[in-house]
Amino acid sequence: MTQHKRSHHKLKRAVAPYLYLSPSLLIIGLLMLLPMVTVIGYSFQNSAVLRRDPSFAGLKHYQAIFNDPVFWASLWHTLYFTCMSVIFHMTIGMVFALMLNSDRINPTLRNILRVLYILPWLFTAVIIAVIWRLLLEPNGVVNSILMQIGIIGSKVEWFSSPATALHAVTFANIWAGYPLFMVSLLAGLQGIPKDFYEAADIDGAKAYQKLIFITIPQLMPIIISISLLDFIWTMQVFPLIWITTGGGPIYSTEVLSTYTYKLAFSSYNLSQASASAVVILLISLGLTLFYIRYQKAR
Amino acid sequence: MRKRHTPKDRLITVALHVALAAGLFFAAFPIYWMLSSSFKSNTEIFALPPTILPKAFTLEAYAAILGDPVKLRFFFNSYFVAGAVTVLTVLIALLAAYGFSRFNFRGKGILNTIIISTQTIPPITLLIPFFGLVVSYGIFDTYVALILTYLVFTLPYAILLMTGYLNTLPRDLDEAVAVDGGSSWTALWRVIVPISLPGIVATSVYTFLLCWNEFLFALTLTKSTSMRTVPIGIQLLMGQHAFEWNQMMAMSVLGSLPLLLIYLVAQRYFLAGMTAGSVK
Repeated sequence: MTQHKRSHHKLKRAVAPYLYLSPSLLIIGLLMLLPMVTVIGYSFQNSAVLRRDPSFAGLKHYQAIFNDPVFWASLWHTLYFTCMSVIFHMTIGMVFALMLNSDRINPTLRNILRVLYILPWLFTAVIIAVIWRLLLEPNGVVNSILMQIGIIGSKVEWFSSPATALHAVTFANIWAGYPLFMVSLLAGLQGIPKDFYEAADIDGAKAYQKLIFITIPQLMPIIISISLLDFIWTMQVFPLIWITTGGGPIYSTEVLSTYTYKLAFSSYNLSQASASAVVILLISLGLTLFYIRYQKAR
Repeated sequence: MRKRHTPKDRLITVALHVALAAGLFFAAFPIYWMLSSSFKSNTEIFALPPTILPKAFTLEAYAAILGDPVKLRFFFNSYFVAGAVTVLTVLIALLAAYGFSRFNFRGKGILNTIIISTQTIPPITLLIPFFGLVVSYGIFDTYVALILTYLVFTLPYAILLMTGYLNTLPRDLDEAVAVDGGSSWTALWRVIVPISLPGIVATSVYTFLLCWNEFLFALTLTKSTSMRTVPIGIQLLMGQHAFEWNQMMAMSVLGSLPLLLIYLVAQRYFLAGMTAGSVK
């Protein structure tokens, strides 16, 4: 009797985790993994989604994309936008974290500034886009200030001239994204043992030497993992660009996400859009594998 | 020991404070400008030279937004969808996290890796098949479509966050329930849930933020004005009244309130939710 009860209990113990996980697995399986397979399927069909019995297209849509100069331009803009964003997120986040961590400022001021420096993080991409559109209006405050100081001679149409649009959206994204680095690096700085610096002081190390030989190496794991995540996420940015420039003028800010979106929902070429979406997926998966490997190696 | 109060030392301190002020200008001016513009009239927004403080302080932009039932509906939709997804996500993630945290089973490692990697799947990749699915199941332009899609994006990370939290709770607690003959289900609700509140709050904050900010799927999977959320509402406002900048700013301020409030009230949980993705 008791033995029966025990084996019953054991069985329950063995089945239980799967039961607890089943709602999540069902949702992730049906609504994430299955759609990924579906989109790969679409990319090999003619008139995917739009027709009930689409015919097999082979690699046609991939060829169409790789022969499209706008795709290559979008890839290049995505790379520029992403690399510049990550580099400056890291630099600004690092500078702010180091400044806030300095023992030369009063603790109350430090706490107030920490809250204020995080501010850009609290705003939705759409709102960030609207704010920067207002700031960078030809008649807006940025032009007005820059003209007063004498940096520019006449009004610049930041978002609507092909020469400046990509830099302008990148700048807005840099502004919006540095707090993640700042917060993480600040936490990292507080975790560096004080005796490292004391030992360096005894050896007569200068401030910059402590930065290069203690602080940065100690923060390296955080810098690398946040950079990878930031790279993956920035590569996927859509609303900021969609609202500020919509990919224009003349494709000058077209990135992979806006390029794919337009293929799908402006041209209704869902097959070709799927091919482009699969390319983006492959790039992301490559980076993700790299990230997971790095995390495991740590 | 560092020598204080030498002229060089004082100079460094002054330079640091100048740099801090410059940093503050960089970080906060755009937000200040949004706030001050929302209290200006439209003509004052582009006054030359720009007025730093609103010269003629007015609430007309807020009155225009809050007096318009169409715009109030955007807010209702955002709160409703984000609220529903938060409740569902916390419940489902809590169960999964309990499974991950308290049991050893076949395939645990692989499932964990899959969940970690799904976080980085590009939304644009899922957009096209979701569009196909939503249309073929006849749920285009409904709350159900938005709630289901958001759930997919909030769940993986919520599971990791909750698992991380449950792992910090001592196992003796639920083992005590098992000794008394209680099932793992009883242990979960009687013992684990009541002491998991901090983890649940952090997960809720993270989920709510993600839903509140979502743009791409709300743009594509809804169509009628009555189904649109706040981010889409702001975009629509920009399209219809391209020069009503004060209204756009007022709506942006109102649209940022939930995040600002959450940040002020629950800063710790907010930061836990926003950064934990990077510190696993």
